[in-house]
Amino acid sequence: MSIAEPAVLAETHPGQGKPLIEMREISIAFGGIKAVDGASVDLMPGEVVGLLGHNGAGKSTLIKILSGAYKADSGLIRVDGEEVTVSSPRDAKRHGIETIYQTLALADNVDAAANIFLGRELLTGWGTLDDATMESETRKVMGRLNPHFRRFKEPVKALSGGQRQSVAIARAIYFNARVLIMDEPTAALGPAETKQVAELILQLKKQGIGIFLISHDLHDVFDLADRVTVMKNGKVVGTARTADVTQDEVLGMIISGKCPPAAVAGPGALKT
Amino acid sequence: MTETAPAPASPVREARGLADRLREIEFDPRMIGMVAALAVIWFGFNWLSDGAFLTPRNLWNLLVQTASIAIMACGMVLVIVTRNIDLSVGSMLGFVGMVVGLVQVRLLPELWGLEHPLTWLASLLLAMALGGLVGLLQGALIAYLAIPSFIVTLGGLLVWRGAAWWVTQGQTIAPMDSRFRPLGGGIEGAIGTSASWAIGIALCAVICLGAALIRRRRKRFGFVLRPLWAEIAIAGLGCAAVLAMVLVANAYILPAGVARRLVEAKGGTWPEGGFSIGHGLAVPVLMALGVGVVITFLAKRLRFGRYVFAIGGNPEAAQLSGVNTRKVLTLVFGLMGVLVGISACISTARLNAATNAAGTLDELYVIAAAVIGGTSLAGGVGTIAGAMLGALVMQSLQSGMVLIGVDAPLQNIVVGIVLVLAVWLDGLYRKRLG
Ligand SMILES: Nc1ncnc2c1ncn2[C@@H]1O[C@H](COP(=O)(O)OP(=O)(O)OP(=O)(O)O)[C@@H](O)[C@H]1O
Ligand SMILES: [Mg+2]
Repeated sequence: MSIAEPAVLAETHPGQGKPLIEMREISIAFGGIKAVDGASVDLMPGEVVGLLGHNGAGKSTLIKILSGAYKADSGLIRVDGEEVTVSSPRDAKRHGIETIYQTLALADNVDAAANIFLGRELLTGWGTLDDATMESETRKVMGRLNPHFRRFKEPVKALSGGQRQSVAIARAIYFNARVLIMDEPTAALGPAETKQVAELILQLKKQGIGIFLISHDLHDVFDLADRVTVMKNGKVVGTARTADVTQDEVLGMIISGKCPPAAVAGPGALKT
Repeated sequence: MTETAPAPASPVREARGLADRLREIEFDPRMIGMVAALAVIWFGFNWLSDGAFLTPRNLWNLLVQTASIAIMACGMVLVIVTRNIDLSVGSMLGFVGMVVGLVQVRLLPELWGLEHPLTWLASLLLAMALGGLVGLLQGALIAYLAIPSFIVTLGGLLVWRGAAWWVTQGQTIAPMDSRFRPLGGGIEGAIGTSASWAIGIALCAVICLGAALIRRRRKRFGFVLRPLWAEIAIAGLGCAAVLAMVLVANAYILPAGVARRLVEAKGGTWPEGGFSIGHGLAVPVLMALGVGVVITFLAKRLRFGRYVFAIGGNPEAAQLSGVNTRKVLTLVFGLMGVLVGISACISTARLNAATNAAGTLDELYVIAAAVIGGTSLAGGVGTIAGAMLGALVMQSLQSGMVLIGVDAPLQNIVVGIVLVLAVWLDGLYRKRLG
């Protein structure tokens, strides 16, 4: 099989433009365990792709390769059709790839503003931290996500799970991302806040941002995603447009690896 | 109560305790505990020693003795905040002190002649550079080779103590340059009363100006402000502490003979019966204050400090946010080394000799100062001011016990128990309010 094969894309995206992100034949192993094994996914501008799979399927590991947290053993990544090396989180951010990690990746001992601007602090003319501006920007971006949030001065460990998640989301959307990776972004959110995030996703989508959405909630995924890619044991079972498959069919892909006819089968599909 | 419109968040606010309200005005309640502990120690020893503790002379010496440990404690806070430890500072101090002694007493006199006016500065810079290099080396081993800091610096403790002996095969080097000696305090290290007032007033101006500037900035962004009374009280307390220190230092009178020589050297005449001249602030104390201000600035106002604390809170998060955690860690140990260099000069100057045993057990006092000052060994939490106060608490205990004639072994027992007790209390406090 050729590594550059855009078969999935050609079949699911007839006649569309250049993909924003292409990940081809990505593999990574941790001490003999193949966490991701020859997985290929792609993402168009303004598209939401749901990444699904059982616990330990390799979803988080795959997107951590895109966000620069891990280095793939093999495979390649293209941004706007050009091959790039993403060897650190800094690289990913340079390409406009922002990530909301499943673990949130917050420094618990500092406040929301310090977390949102960590690594990209705003400075005064003197080269010192511009805490006032950072706090004021934080108030703005948090206002979009969680209008009731008031605890700007407290270390984020004092916040509730959902508030912490809001901070992690705020950090990802503040810097004008082109690609957003959301690894279970609503796991800790209440219904109102989850709805807010869903609205946010649709809004960002309209702005042409591509979004990888990892979630175990099939309803949510079907509401928000244009396509789903299902993983099992590190391999891609298949990719399908949400309009072409039913939730039960996708559930079948997740549980047994059985690929319905409307989906493009990947290397992890159950052979019949 | 004449309060009219109740605040919208009043149900939450009412449930808050004193500590929360203090935190609201951004005042660390733990600081109050530290000051209270210090007060108990001071008045306790004063009572036990029949008033010999709270004398200008004793307090002046106390501050001078605290300087070296306080300076290193500033660096240790940053090290511990990143979830590391540095056990090598005492040995490093010995090594750097020996090298500086050798250069100052053997090398520089040959190159520049004896008592060259720049010898003291060259010595200080050399000490900072050498300490910094040693620190960077240890930091690189910890950050890039991922060897635990406990092990690297435990190795360092042995290596640098051995190296200190090796510099001169164990020989003590003395005496030091006369312009270098003031770094250690003593009569020649006191800056006099008028200079002390000038510095004290300047410091007060900086405190008030700083508070006003921050307040104006927050006002411009429309943020919640501290109540004005709190702002004034905090600035007032800071100024009061500074001025009290100046008053005490100036009240410590120079011996008549020294005062007379001083007056006559300036071309004045010594009046019949003489008059009294105060010491004023001591150079090492000023150095410690300067280091405290600089490191606080570094920790609070610069990216570097933000990264140090973020790494302590969650190293993985810092790394995923694009922080070069290895570089920051290496620099933290480098900075620790620079501060050891400064302390090495103070110790050497104070002793007026470089000995290979200098700094023995200092690592323990430095770590204890940082921990008593509220630095959490779990990382992510600590303040420079707290650590400096911690150093003062430790030194007060020790000096107090010497003053009332406690045997040396018992002194160690007491200090050890106090350390454990302090950390236990701090833990209790955190559980209650954290
Ligand atoms: N840093 C690591 N070291 C060793 N093994 C790892 C590491 N990260 C992931 N793995 C393994 O790789 C596999 C895939 O893990 P991953 O976190 O990607 O799963 P996931 O699909 O995100 O699952 P979940 O739905 O539970 O979040 C698992 O078997 C996991 O144990
Ligand atoms: Mg996961």
